[in-house]
Amino acid sequence: MSVEIAEDRMAELTGDPDSGQLLEISMGPHHPSTHGVFRMNVTLEGERVVRLKPVFGYLHRNHEKIAENASYLAAIPYTDRLDYLCSMTNNWGYALAVEKLVGIAVPERAEYIRVIVAELTRLQNHASLIGFLLQDMGASGTPLMYAFREREKILDLFESLTGSRMMCNYMRFGGVRVDTTPEWLEEVQALVSRFPQFLDEFEKLLTENEILMSRTQGVGILPRELAINAGVTGPMLRASGVNYDIRKVDGYGIYDRFTFRVPLGEHGDVYDRYMMRALEMHESLKILEQALREITAGPVIDPKTRLRGLRPKAGEAYGRIESPKGELGFYLISNGTTEPYRYRVRPPSLINLTVLEDMCLGRSVADIVVILGSIDIVLGEVDR
Amino acid sequence: MLGKGILKGLVETARNFFGSYAEKERLTTVQFPEERLVQPEAARVFPFLLYDTDDAEKGLRCVACKICEVECPPKCITIEKSTEKKPDYAGNYAGKPQFYPAKFSIDVSVCMSCQICVEVCPFDAIKMDTAFELSTDDRFGGLLWEKDRLTKSNEYYHLIHPTEAAEVDAQLAGKKAKAEAKPAAAAATTGAAAAR
Ligand code: SF4
Ligand code: SF4
Repeated sequence: MSVEIAEDRMAELTGDPDSGQLLEISMGPHHPSTHGVFRMNVTLEGERVVRLKPVFGYLHRNHEKIAENASYLAAIPYTDRLDYLCSMTNNWGYALAVEKLVGIAVPERAEYIRVIVAELTRLQNHASLIGFLLQDMGASGTPLMYAFREREKILDLFESLTGSRMMCNYMRFGGVRVDTTPEWLEEVQALVSRFPQFLDEFEKLLTENEILMSRTQGVGILPRELAINAGVTGPMLRASGVNYDIRKVDGYGIYDRFTFRVPLGEHGDVYDRYMMRALEMHESLKILEQALREITAGPVIDPKTRLRGLRPKAGEAYGRIESPKGELGFYLISNGTTEPYRYRVRPPSLINLTVLEDMCLGRSVADIVVILGSIDIVLGEVDR
Repeated sequence: MLGKGILKGLVETARNFFGSYAEKERLTTVQFPEERLVQPEAARVFPFLLYDTDDAEKGLRCVACKICEVECPPKCITIEKSTEKKPDYAGNYAGKPQFYPAKFSIDVSVCMSCQICVEVCPFDAIKMDTAFELSTDDRFGGLLWEKDRLTKSNEYYHLIHPTEAAEVDAQLAGKKAKAEAKPAAAAATTGAAAAR
């Protein structure tokens, strides 16, 4: 939108036609912080944001309708592509919904493997998020490279288990696709014992950094009430001080067997959101250690489970999990055929993104980038 | 003191920089394409059709049942069933003649490497290849792989997925033994009856 039009609307926006000149700019989709698929219409008064409208849909791939025209099995590889950093947790959310719909039990060993891969996913997601956040802040390269170095090790583990680094397509309703080898579990154990060293290093590099602190503390504050009312979930909600973690609330899978803390923030600013991720990685390591210690032998999927041509009875089910980004839910309605009648994804990224304007109002343009980075969105999931 | 945090961070970057000369842990990049990492055995990129013996036509395992065509999520497999049956050349089907795919094509540009076709195939006829440099400058024919490019021998399968291939071979051998035992057992009982 041109400057003149914005000037015409100055009165409407500020209530005072003489307050100064307004400038409407379009940030993205080709802005480095928006990764080419997200746009914000920002109205500025000087450097101050007076209005911000997110525009999305650039990466829309019709995920829900495709899944409504595919068999229950064929939807699993598509869920990999929702939040393409965390395919394992996406698989799990969907598998959980189908399991609820049909009433399939999951063997114990499969539950343990699911927890292990989900927590590994959380580790790599949080590590890369911190890397990206710092990248958006101008720390070009270094933190992101360190994070990716660790992430790569986890992706290597995924590749040797499932055949693919990111598009794992690993979980099935009723269990997981292939069993882990003892060597694989040993490698996970080795990674888990080395990871704290990386976390310490990462935290020494960042946590006390004065530039990071001045760029993030008190920036993009999300008040507790607003976070709850807007349906924000995940580390973002917990950074605002709300104790809500679906792993604790629902205890889905076998999460009720593990002891771990849910870190909580106080201020709800970008720095708290950064700290939430750093602390959650420590908790994930705790869960991983317990899971690796307690994992039982047995089958990973009931061989009689019907994967192909599954026809659930008419009904509906909602499966939700705590994905690294928040509450990831899959809502399925079956009408008794091989394809779901309705398939709906509740993407945490999209819903967390809705409070972007509230966090940015009154801040400067440079802060928008940092605040957006702290939400942890993946556009594959926002647009679906 | 202001700047202490930054200095601490700089110490870390220095440790990583100088460490990368000494520790393999810290140096993680490889100079592709001169240097290559070994792919794990489970790696999957694009499906191929298996054949036994040394004849890709006669020994093809696929019986054109079209299950993979139906189950493939992006529907990138196209199969045309043959009109007549071909003899069981490799001995996988207990000597019974089977249909075969007159035409079998997979679109490389659409395939999403999900391995569902491999999972659903009841005859172990389709498996995942690990070759990943599939780009071409011909965006029409070059991306639609026909049967001649899709077929690979069982030896090749053993080369890329040794453990998995050995398991599949053992399974097939078990089935074969069962199928052979049946007529033999029948013959034995009739033989015994005749002797009596
Ligand atoms: S790997 Fe997946 S997408 Fe590719 S041909 Fe097989 S089923 Fe289709
Ligand atoms: S590859 Fe397997 S599933 Fe596909 S048509 Fe051939 S035999 Fe059937």
